[in-house]
Amino acid sequence: MNQLFDIPGAASKISGEVDSVFLYILLVGLFFFVVTQGALIYFALRYRKKKGEPERETPYITSNRALETIWIVIPSILVLSIFYYGYTVYMKMQAPMPGAQEIGVVAKQWLWEFTYPDGRKAVNELHVQTGKPVGLSMTSEDVIHSLYLPDFRIKQDILPGRYTKMYLLPDRPGEYQIFCAEYCGQGHSLMLGKLIVMDAHEYAEWSGRQAGESQAAMPPARRGEELVKNSGCLGCHTTDGSPRVGPSLKGLFGRRVELSDGSSVTADEDYLKESMTDPGAKVVKGYANVMPTFKGTLSDADITDIISYMKTLK
Amino acid sequence: MSEEKAAQSGPGRGYLEEKGWRSWAYTLDHKRIGVMYLFTTLFFFLLGGVFGMLIRLELLTPGPTFFSDQTYNEMFTMHGSMMIFLFIIPGIPSGLGNFLIPLMIGARDVAFPRLNLASYWLFIMGIIVILFSLAHPMDTGWTFYTPYSAKTAASVTVLSFGIFLVGMSSILTGLNFIVTIHQLRATGMSWLRMPLFIWSMYATSIIQVVATPVIGMTFILLAMERLFGIGLFDPDKGGDPLLFQHFFWFYSHPVVYVMILPAMGAISEIIPTFSRKPIFGYKAIAYSSIAIALAGFLVWGHHMFVAGMSVYADVIFSILTFSVAIPTGVKVFNWIATLYKGSISLDSPMLYALTFIFLFIVGGLTGPFLGSLATDVHLTDTYFVVAHFHYTMMGGTVMGLFAGLHYWFPKLTGRMLDERPAKTAWAIIVVGFNITFFTMFITGMQGMPRRFAEYPEKYQAGNVISSIGAAILAFGILVMFYNYVRCMFRGAPAPADPWRGKTLEWTVPSPPPTENFETIPTVTGWPYSYGGKGDGDA
Ligand code: HEC
Ligand code: HEM
Ligand SMILES: [Cu+2]
Ligand SMILES: [Cu+2]
Repeated sequence: MNQLFDIPGAASKISGEVDSVFLYILLVGLFFFVVTQGALIYFALRYRKKKGEPERETPYITSNRALETIWIVIPSILVLSIFYYGYTVYMKMQAPMPGAQEIGVVAKQWLWEFTYPDGRKAVNELHVQTGKPVGLSMTSEDVIHSLYLPDFRIKQDILPGRYTKMYLLPDRPGEYQIFCAEYCGQGHSLMLGKLIVMDAHEYAEWSGRQAGESQAAMPPARRGEELVKNSGCLGCHTTDGSPRVGPSLKGLFGRRVELSDGSSVTADEDYLKESMTDPGAKVVKGYANVMPTFKGTLSDADITDIISYMKTLK
Repeated sequence: MSEEKAAQSGPGRGYLEEKGWRSWAYTLDHKRIGVMYLFTTLFFFLLGGVFGMLIRLELLTPGPTFFSDQTYNEMFTMHGSMMIFLFIIPGIPSGLGNFLIPLMIGARDVAFPRLNLASYWLFIMGIIVILFSLAHPMDTGWTFYTPYSAKTAASVTVLSFGIFLVGMSSILTGLNFIVTIHQLRATGMSWLRMPLFIWSMYATSIIQVVATPVIGMTFILLAMERLFGIGLFDPDKGGDPLLFQHFFWFYSHPVVYVMILPAMGAISEIIPTFSRKPIFGYKAIAYSSIAIALAGFLVWGHHMFVAGMSVYADVIFSILTFSVAIPTGVKVFNWIATLYKGSISLDSPMLYALTFIFLFIVGGLTGPFLGSLATDVHLTDTYFVVAHFHYTMMGGTVMGLFAGLHYWFPKLTGRMLDERPAKTAWAIIVVGFNITFFTMFITGMQGMPRRFAEYPEKYQAGNVISSIGAAILAFGILVMFYNYVRCMFRGAPAPADPWRGKTLEWTVPSPPPTENFETIPTVTGWPYSYGGKGDGDA
């Protein structure tokens, strides 16, 4: 059925079970659908009085104890079975997974910030390993968001001032979409992230690379490039001159930028820094004010390195 | 029914006789007030529909094409709030309810005619206040979740006040109906001889009176949060954002029954009339309305399964939700059983009534996917939910309203609708509706979240199909409204009882005279004595 409707296949064992619950409800539903719609259409046509036909004598039936008992009891039983099946699978989904890798999630308008157990941070991209359970401890900095992974059939709202938890056990390597499923303002539909599931070998290689990068004293522009890659900027900006959600970063440094209030500024260091820490202060003409603030997400040193990188994008 | 049929309507225009705006603005006649409600709410149905079409237009492409994301967010908020607060909640109860309740129970008017007029003007005042909020259009969705609604620059405070007034009007109307139904029934009309429409209006009124104060209070608290920063919903000040959701759904779930019960009442009148058979299971339908009204207060948490409530609360709300499904199912079975061995005429009111049942079954059967915990986690806040509630609200309530409008049009206006355009519009609407909204079930299962101004390209096919369906649907609705407007002036004069119905409103001329009944009728049986026997009882 999933293929028929182009629904993403289940990406974990438990999401397969959710699909089974779905299928069960669908079968029960189809049974009632056929019985009720069948009777409705059959009666409407079978007992139809055509134009000009004389009125038929109709029986005076007002109730029928046996029938009414049947149609209360059978649906009640089926509906309770649906409840029970859904309940058992739900309890499994909610159960904490022992030995889960703890990952911190901070949601804010309009990005995801992930913190790995070793303190490394990443924006909008979360790397995990197949077969290793992951526990997400999530909180929000502003309004309510909801982390939704369609392939895993899970979502959980994220509230300010409080932590909510979500567990997953990825089975299949691949890249999976993360959506925000709770309306959170202008950039709600742009609050996209990626869950990257790797097998043990790939994952080890990836973490080694990460660790190496953070130790090696990289030149600032190089480090800035990595930051831009890992902070989710490329979801909205390109480095090749073509506009996306935001203007391209190519050739930005030193250029004159027209703003939405009609004025214009030169894209110097201060302007670029402000663009990242307080993006709403000066909004580029022709673009929506949807860029999230990176204040608190990027340190001053990070920002300086990003600006050095931007200078290289001629 | 012993009451002999009143003379065929003469040349008189009944309650429509008097002319001039004053005769409407100051009227105490429940029929005129009902008609004013119908015009007002249908206007907002069309306006809300325009926003619906603009949403569908923008969703033709993944990126922002016609509107910016912000404008899109404002449009679905307008669409949802108008449809809910200005069309569907007041529509059938205050419109058809006002017109029909006194006629159906054999009364000259509602219990408090002045209060009735006050309710109408309160409703209009609410609308005017709401229009002021357009200065900074709302962008919160119709659910106003905090903390977003406490922070946004949109005019939430003004809008809250407007909806507060609309809510007041709803409470007063509910109160008026409850007293009317208790006090003003004609001699001989015992509770079990009341038409089922009256039963459903009674249940509806109870919900309005009990639930609406909660939303009023909630919006006042939201306004205070914005104006004075009281912090009830603000975690930084020790408040709880989830508290708002509890308040909101404590009202807004019961209110889905305010939306659907009156439509179910209309269907329960139309099905027997056009089948020439007594309604099957009268008591079951009557009592299940009350059961739904009361049990509906206990299930609000099913909107919050992923909101961060405790798992145990989730489980309890899930099982309670399933228990409400049963009385709803019983009604559907009863309507279908009424058709059995009937002598069925498929006139336009009946076509819409059968369509109501057909679409409502689809809406009803997709409910368990959302009531069941495991699947709801995946489907909530996706297009699956959008499809589900359009099947119940539009496929259900709105089709019920259309059925009712076709059925009572002769009584309302004294003229008959043209059958041909009515049936053509019906066919177009059925096709368009299913293309638009069935597709959304699939887009939702594929994982597309609702309230998305932009979406990944893989969802485009489904969205384009939905938008094409919406264009067909809109065309059908236009044909139907064209027919209403034309026949209001040009339709053939209607006899007192064109459908040979047996409820009391059909015993008076079309349109009814201002005082309704020359002499108050005496009732000797229930109104469903079709076939075989003369006067019967349930
Ligand atoms: C959600 C999409 C989004 C993300 C993620 C995003 N931006 Fe932006 N950005 C925009 C938009 C839209 C604009 C133009 C509107 C404005 O000025 O706020 C913009 C503007 C800018 C500007 C000013 C551009 C100009 O032409 O003047 C800079 C610099 C910038 N972003 C850098 C970044 C960096 C660095 C990151 C990652 C750390 C980033 N952005 C992440 C959407 C985004
Ligand atoms: C003209 C036919 C209609 C069309 C094409 C239509 C279309 C839509 C669409 C596409 C959405 C989803 C928007 C989004 O989530 O981004 C929506 C939301 C909604 N619709 Fe409709 N709709 C129609 C009629 C109705 C009717 C008759 C009602 C009556 C109750 C209604 C009530 C709602 C509500 C309450 C929402 C939710 C708004 C929100 O998320 O805040 N719609 N509609
Ligand atoms: Cu969001
Ligand atoms: Cu509900």
